[in-house]
Amino acid sequence: MKYACRRLIHAALLLVAISFFSFALAQLAPGDFFDALRLNPQTSPQTVEHLRSEYGLNRPFLVRYLRWLESILHGEMGLSLAYNSPVGPLLLVRARNTLLLTGSAVALSWLLALPLGVWTAVKRGTWPDRMAECAVSTILTVPDLLIFLALLLLAVRTGWFPAGGMASLGANDLGPASKFHDLLFHLALPSFGLALVTVPVLFRHVRAALMEVLDSPFLRAARGHGIPEGRLLLRYALPVAANPLLSLLGFSVGSMLSMSLLAEVILSWPGIGPLLLEAILARDVYVVIAAIIFSSAFLILGNLLADLLIIASDPRIRME
Amino acid sequence: MTYRHKLWTGLILLGGIHTVILLAGFVAPYHFATQYREFPFAPPTRLHFVDDQGRFHWRPFVYASPDSGSPDETQADGKHRYPVNFLVQGCAYKIGGIFPAHRHLFGVAEPAEIFLLGTDEYGRDQFSRFLYGGQISLLSGLLGASFSVLFGLAIGSIAGFYGRWIDDVLMRVVELFLACPWLYLLFAVRAALPLHLPEWQVFTLLIAVLGLVGWARPARLIRGVVLSAKERNFVLACRGFGASNSYLLFRHILPQTYGVALTQMTLLIPQYVLAEVTLSFLGLGVGEPMPSWGSLLSYLQQYYVLESYWWMFLPALLLVPTFLAYKAVSDALLERVGAVSL
Repeated sequence: MKYACRRLIHAALLLVAISFFSFALAQLAPGDFFDALRLNPQTSPQTVEHLRSEYGLNRPFLVRYLRWLESILHGEMGLSLAYNSPVGPLLLVRARNTLLLTGSAVALSWLLALPLGVWTAVKRGTWPDRMAECAVSTILTVPDLLIFLALLLLAVRTGWFPAGGMASLGANDLGPASKFHDLLFHLALPSFGLALVTVPVLFRHVRAALMEVLDSPFLRAARGHGIPEGRLLLRYALPVAANPLLSLLGFSVGSMLSMSLLAEVILSWPGIGPLLLEAILARDVYVVIAAIIFSSAFLILGNLLADLLIIASDPRIRME
Repeated sequence: MTYRHKLWTGLILLGGIHTVILLAGFVAPYHFATQYREFPFAPPTRLHFVDDQGRFHWRPFVYASPDSGSPDETQADGKHRYPVNFLVQGCAYKIGGIFPAHRHLFGVAEPAEIFLLGTDEYGRDQFSRFLYGGQISLLSGLLGASFSVLFGLAIGSIAGFYGRWIDDVLMRVVELFLACPWLYLLFAVRAALPLHLPEWQVFTLLIAVLGLVGWARPARLIRGVVLSAKERNFVLACRGFGASNSYLLFRHILPQTYGVALTQMTLLIPQYVLAEVTLSFLGLGVGEPMPSWGSLLSYLQQYYVLESYWWMFLPALLLVPTFLAYKAVSDALLERVGAVSL
C-alpha cells in the first residue's frame, strides 16, 4: 500500500514536470498563432500587439505558466486560439475517441496474442509454431506507416470498410443499437490495424515468458504428479508467467498511444493525433501542450496500472 | 538460420542499398526536381523485349509515349523503338555531393522517357525521387541515431560512473523523456521549431530533433552497464593502482558499453529512418522540391491517388527490403546478446 502511494505520487510529480517542460518548450518556439496575421498588410502591427496582449501572449513565462495551471483547475487547460474556445472540452472529446481506439486495440491485440503465444509455446518447434513465427517477423519488418496505408488502400479500393471518420452521415438519426453498430463498423479498421502492429511484440513476449516457465523444474514435478495438461497450463504455468506480461501490458498501452497517432491521422480517426498535427501546423500552442500532457498521462497511468497489478499478483514484490 | 548468416545477409543487403542510394545521381536517370508537365501521374514505363514483329531484343526498349502499354495505342511514332542505353550522358549531378558528373547508369534518347516507377502529379520521375529521397531519409536516420547513442553514452556513463546526486538528477530527466509516448515527443520537439526553413536547415534540425527524442533509453541501458562495469575486479584493481577517473572511464569502462551501444544503434537507425519518413509524410519534414521517402508516400493520403494510381504505392513496397535488412542485423546482434527481439 505504501509502495502504491509512492508510485502514485511519483507519477503525479512526473506529470507536473512534463507539463512544465512542454510549456517551456512551447515558449522556445519562434513565432506564434498571430504571425499569420502579420502577413496581411492590412493588419497593423498595433492590432497584432493588441491581440497578443488580449490573449496574454506577451506576459512573462512564469506568470503564464501559473495562470495556465490555474486554468487546469477550471478544466480549461488554456485557450485554443484556432478554435477560440477552452482546450479542455475540445480535447476531452478527442481523448475519448483516442481512448476508445487504443482501448479496443489493446484488448484485441491481447486477445490475439495471448492464446497464440500460449499455443505456440506449448507446440514449440511444430509447424504452427514456425508459421506463427514467420508471420510475426514479417509483420514486424513492415513499418506501421505502411500497414496503415495498406489498410487505407483496402478500405478505399474495396469499400468493405469506411475510409475514415467515426460515424456515417446521418448516424445521429439512428437508434442506439444501430448507432453502436455503426461505431463498431468505423472502429474496426483502425483498431485492427493497431492490434496488428502490436500483436507481434506481445506474442513474442508471451511465448518467451511461457516457454521459460514450461521448462522450469517445478512444472516438470507437477506434471510428474499427474496433473492434467490443461490445468497445468492454466493454473500452474500462466500465473507464474504473468509477471513480465503485466509490465508488458503497461508498455503496450504506451506504444499503442504512439502508434495510434499515425493510425488516427492516416485512417482519419478523430482522436488526439489529428488535433495535435493541426495544432502544430497552426502554432496553436496550448492545444499542443495539452495533447502531449494527455498522452503522457495515459502512458504513465498505463505503467502505474501495470505496477499495481504486479504488486497485486506477485507476493515477492509485496514483501520488498 | 544462425545469427551469423542473418547478420551477413542483412549487412550485405544494407551495403547494397546504401551504395545505390549514395550513388543516387548516377543510378537515377533524372534529377529529382525535373518536371515533365505533359506526363502527370504517368504509369511506370513498360520495358519491352519483344517488338511488334515478334522479334526478341536482348536490349530492352521503350516506346515514345510513356503511358502506352502496347505500340498500337500510340501516336505516329509509337512504333519507333527507343532502346535503353547504359552509361549515357545526362543532367549534371554530384557524386556524394562533391564530385561533379554527367554520366547516368541508364537512360533513353529523346523524345522517349523512362519512368520506372511512374511519375507524380508534376510529372517528376518517381524512381529518381525515390533514390534521392533515400539520401535524406537514410542519412537522417544514421546521423540521428549516432547523435542519440553518443549523447546516451555520455549521459549514461556520467550518471553511472559518478553516481549519487548526478545519477539521481540525470535519471529523473531520463524518466521524464521516457514518460512521453515517443511519437508525441517527436512532434512536440518539432513543434518548437520553425515550420518553414531552407531545406538544409530543416535537415539538420530533423537530425537534432531525432537525436534529442531518443537518447533516454540508450542512456539508461548504458548507465546500467557502467554501474556493473565499475565494480568489476580489474577496474577496482586499476583504481587501486591509482588510475585517474578519466583513464578508468575511457580505458576500461567505456569499452564494456560498446556492445550495448552498438545494439541500440542498430535498433535506433530503422526507427529514426521511419521517424523521418513519418515527419515528412505529415508535412513536417523537408519541403518541396527535395524528396524524402516520407514525402513520396504522402501522396497516398489522397483518396484519388489510392483509387486511380496504383504505382504510387511502389515506393512504399521498396521500403520493405530496407527495413528487412535493418531488422535482420539488429535481430542477429540481439540474438548474440541473448535477448528476446522486439
